[in-house]
Amino acid sequence: MIGTLASQLGLLGGLLAVEIPYWGQSLLRVLGGAVAVLLPAGTIVYVFLFKMMSFMQSRLGPMEAGPYGSLQLVAEVGKWLQKEDIVPERADARIFKMAPIVVLVSTFLLVAVVPFGPDAWFTNFEVGIFYALAVSSLSVLGILMAGWASANKYSLLGGLRAAGQLIAYELPMVLAVVGVVIQAGTMNLQEIVVAQNAGSIFGFSGLGNPFILTQFVGFAVFMVAIQAELTQAPFDMPIAESELVSGYMTEYSGFRFLIFFIGEFATAGVFSLLASVLFLGGWGLPFAWFGWTDIDSVDNWMNLVGPVIMITKMMLVAFIIMWVRFSSPRLREDQLQRFAWKVLIPVSLGNIAVTSIFKVVM
Amino acid sequence: MAKVPGLVKGLGVTLGTLFETVTKGANTVQYPHEKESPPTRARGVIALHEGNCTSCMLCARSCPDWCIYIEGHKELAPPRREGGKPRQVNKLDRFDIDYALCMYCGICVEVCPFDALFWSPEYEYSEPRIADLLHDKAKLGEWMETVPEAPELESGAEKKKK
Repeated sequence: MIGTLASQLGLLGGLLAVEIPYWGQSLLRVLGGAVAVLLPAGTIVYVFLFKMMSFMQSRLGPMEAGPYGSLQLVAEVGKWLQKEDIVPERADARIFKMAPIVVLVSTFLLVAVVPFGPDAWFTNFEVGIFYALAVSSLSVLGILMAGWASANKYSLLGGLRAAGQLIAYELPMVLAVVGVVIQAGTMNLQEIVVAQNAGSIFGFSGLGNPFILTQFVGFAVFMVAIQAELTQAPFDMPIAESELVSGYMTEYSGFRFLIFFIGEFATAGVFSLLASVLFLGGWGLPFAWFGWTDIDSVDNWMNLVGPVIMITKMMLVAFIIMWVRFSSPRLREDQLQRFAWKVLIPVSLGNIAVTSIFKVVM
Repeated sequence: MAKVPGLVKGLGVTLGTLFETVTKGANTVQYPHEKESPPTRARGVIALHEGNCTSCMLCARSCPDWCIYIEGHKELAPPRREGGKPRQVNKLDRFDIDYALCMYCGICVEVCPFDALFWSPEYEYSEPRIADLLHDKAKLGEWMETVPEAPELESGAEKKKK
């Protein structure tokens, strides 16, 4: 979360009373990236997968490992690491071993453009959202690799389903984001945050202009699309346990399964971060509250408060994703495709048209 | 579009259960720390009242798993009345139930004509070694303490003749 702007270095250098060399900055960024990916993943698994799902089924969930079972995930990781790393005899061993890492890497690449504060970012990328949507489709490759290399009919079916689903839902996701990009006038995620917090709705700036209000259709389409991108129920056909065992993950065990598992929830966390950047105002508070006008006038303490706000919003979005997941039965494959192509894409195209008209008129 | 109300209703159910669990507690019991008392007629373990057993072998023969092992021998007991013949009684040497095989059908309890077998709701008798699940006569006798009192007979029911 440590950016490289001069003021940020000044802040950090002031704290540590040293100048951070380039390799130090790189190290800090790598560490920050690992924290920004793994911390949300662990939190989502414990708070939502272990606890919230249990409560929604009127049970308590894990209670023994640590206080209220909070160390359950650590125990599970320990268990997975002990297990044998099995590669099926007929599998394409190299591709089989590579696949989960490709999936996880796409998550790590994704978090690189998420801003956590006015100066707290990894890279201030001019076409950040474009990049994010591009690397998010890398995981499709990993999943196809896993499905094909496993030499297992269930894995292959799961991998193909996943590829079809992820590509189908990539489109409404991109189109929903286009509405935001048109309204904000930029693809830079940092500037999208500023545009929301410095903006105003019909002259009223007390709330800024979080795009969930002015782009609600886009937000709804985006949420449905990321639900499908994350293969969470009701869109979990690729890993449908009752028909495909576990889809492309069928043959995986030990730490490779662990990587898939972490990847699933880390991606949920990162997509929640993206959703909160695009629609909920990101790290910012409405600038009008503090008399700020643009990014340069934002006080330095936002670099510390910003990540907290981001995590809060991420938990909110992840809550919605997981809530829908635990409440919905699985769709059929043809229903899924029909919903993407016949409902979501026309709706998001309509949203783009309306947004552009408003943008030109106003 | 027609499915939307159902989806929202489903979300409401899960959210309602979430709040109920948080405020009123879960429906489940945290087993090793707190125990649910099973109903009195629960099929936990089979207890043996040795004095009633005549080693008639009905239970062993009716057991679908053949998990009851009985051995006995005949003994002469003093006559009931003065000057009579000595009585021949069956003496129970061995009565084992292998709970590794038992499937808790309860046929042995039903079939016993002398009320020597009873259901007990006790259920905590797992063992680290499977061989220890073979409960012998003494252990089966100990379970008698956990057998609940038989409920009162209905009014007008035929009393047992003794």
